[in-house]
Amino acid sequence: MTELLHPRPADPAMPAIKGHLPVLLPVRPPRPVTAAELFTPGTALLLLVLLAWFSVGPVVAQAAGETRTPVALLLLKWTPVLAEGFAFNILISILSMLAGTVLGVGLGVLQVSPNRLLARLAWVVTQFFRNSPWLVLLFYCILLIPFELEILGTTVPFPGWIKAVIGLSLPVMAYMSEFMRGAIQSIPSGQWESAASLGFTRRQTMIEVILPQTVTRVLPSWMNLYAVLTMATPIVSIVGVNEVMALTRAALSSESRTDLLIPMYLYILGWFFLYCYPISRLTRRLERKYAVKL
Amino acid sequence: MTWTPDKPIISIKDVRKSFGAVEVLKGVSLDVMKGEVICIIGPSGSGKSTLIRCINALNDIQSGSITVEGQEVHDPKLDKLELRKKVGMVFQQYNLFPHKTALQNVMMAPVKVLRQPKAEVEARARALLRKVRLEGKENSYPGELSGGQQQRVAIARSLAMNPDVMLFDEVTAALDPETVKEVLVTIRDLAAEGMTCVLVTHEMGFAREIADHVYFTDRGVIVEHAPPREFFEHPKDPRTRAFLSQVL
Repeated sequence: MTELLHPRPADPAMPAIKGHLPVLLPVRPPRPVTAAELFTPGTALLLLVLLAWFSVGPVVAQAAGETRTPVALLLLKWTPVLAEGFAFNILISILSMLAGTVLGVGLGVLQVSPNRLLARLAWVVTQFFRNSPWLVLLFYCILLIPFELEILGTTVPFPGWIKAVIGLSLPVMAYMSEFMRGAIQSIPSGQWESAASLGFTRRQTMIEVILPQTVTRVLPSWMNLYAVLTMATPIVSIVGVNEVMALTRAALSSESRTDLLIPMYLYILGWFFLYCYPISRLTRRLERKYAVKL
Repeated sequence: MTWTPDKPIISIKDVRKSFGAVEVLKGVSLDVMKGEVICIIGPSGSGKSTLIRCINALNDIQSGSITVEGQEVHDPKLDKLELRKKVGMVFQQYNLFPHKTALQNVMMAPVKVLRQPKAEVEARARALLRKVRLEGKENSYPGELSGGQQQRVAIARSLAMNPDVMLFDEVTAALDPETVKEVLVTIRDLAAEGMTCVLVTHEMGFAREIADHVYFTDRGVIVEHAPPREFFEHPKDPRTRAFLSQVL
């Protein structure tokens, strides 16, 4: 009987109180594990150990044979070149994110416009880019945007990496548009009404009252999107941009050492991990901080 | 048509309003003179909140006419800003801007909407917060204030626009019983200064004390209206009597 009255005494958030019937306790379905939670310090360590093993293992195996440069030294040798490529990835991710965010906020605001036609159009654009493969969008940008453009008599070149930035900013824009629509619609209608009763126009209400309140709501999703975007930047190597993956391939072919393949790709994975992991940790912290309290 | 203070400041004539197929106001008429305090009471769903929301054009109407200082509220050519400068409104859920401090909440509309100089508005805003007895809370965010304090900030915010009429939509309905009083005292002070007030309220004792005239609405019509003493002591309509016997 005691068992029935206190079914979950182990739950620290809900200490069993004498006389509490089970039906009064809130139902708590197990929370699904998020991607960010999988990146614990433990898994980070495991990854680093794996990385070390793959880098050093082959060296040990070949120590007895002919004298070849150890893999670890080769990695070190190529590090400056690869780092330059990686910096390019980061640059592309930051620029795409900036462009995508600015466009996405605008598109999101249009999605909730009282002008039906405009809202519908913004919705169509959002859905189109949100449901297109990033690689296909990238190919379209490479093919459709001319490599240079005549503007007022001066020729402005459009190198591949700028096209890549544009290509990647399109899905970012679409995701951002959806985040904004959701955030704007989650603001209680009382905010619109009280602003209206104070004489604010719709535009003023949006700028002064609604948009500032969407920032904390959108921030965690926005950072998550940035991490995903950064991890997707290697696809621009396919359209001929010399980012880290393209340079890795070049390095590998110039060394022509099959035992270098796995360690070098792991090395690059490690960099992405070290860059994106803190972002996902921070995202998780912000998510908790700004969680809607019921 | 120019308005003069001897005419009603708010004049509602035969207003009908439907939400879809449901008619919530079925021909409501009432007049409010300058400086008058009127209370609208009635069971929930009787259309009282809808009625006062129509006064500052938060809701539109299907037919009839509402004028504020002679200006037709539901004229499509209406300058909404002109109307809302005249009519302040306080809501049940306070609706303060959570990302701004109490002081910023009060200052926002005069600075952004009326484009008045910031320093001047700030002095006025501080004075208003003192008036609603919130001195020292200028830099608190709404989330740090109690319901009663938030509601008083909301009143100060509305007053910052220097309205001629204040609408109160069940402003104490969401409050803890112990903070209801502080808000009612604020409203009483306002009324004593001669502010024209239209209140939708469930506080019968307060309505009786403060109102010049009490209106009872039920199912979209005004059933009965009278000065408070007469209204509460000798209600004429059986529906009024039934309602009063339930709430008193």
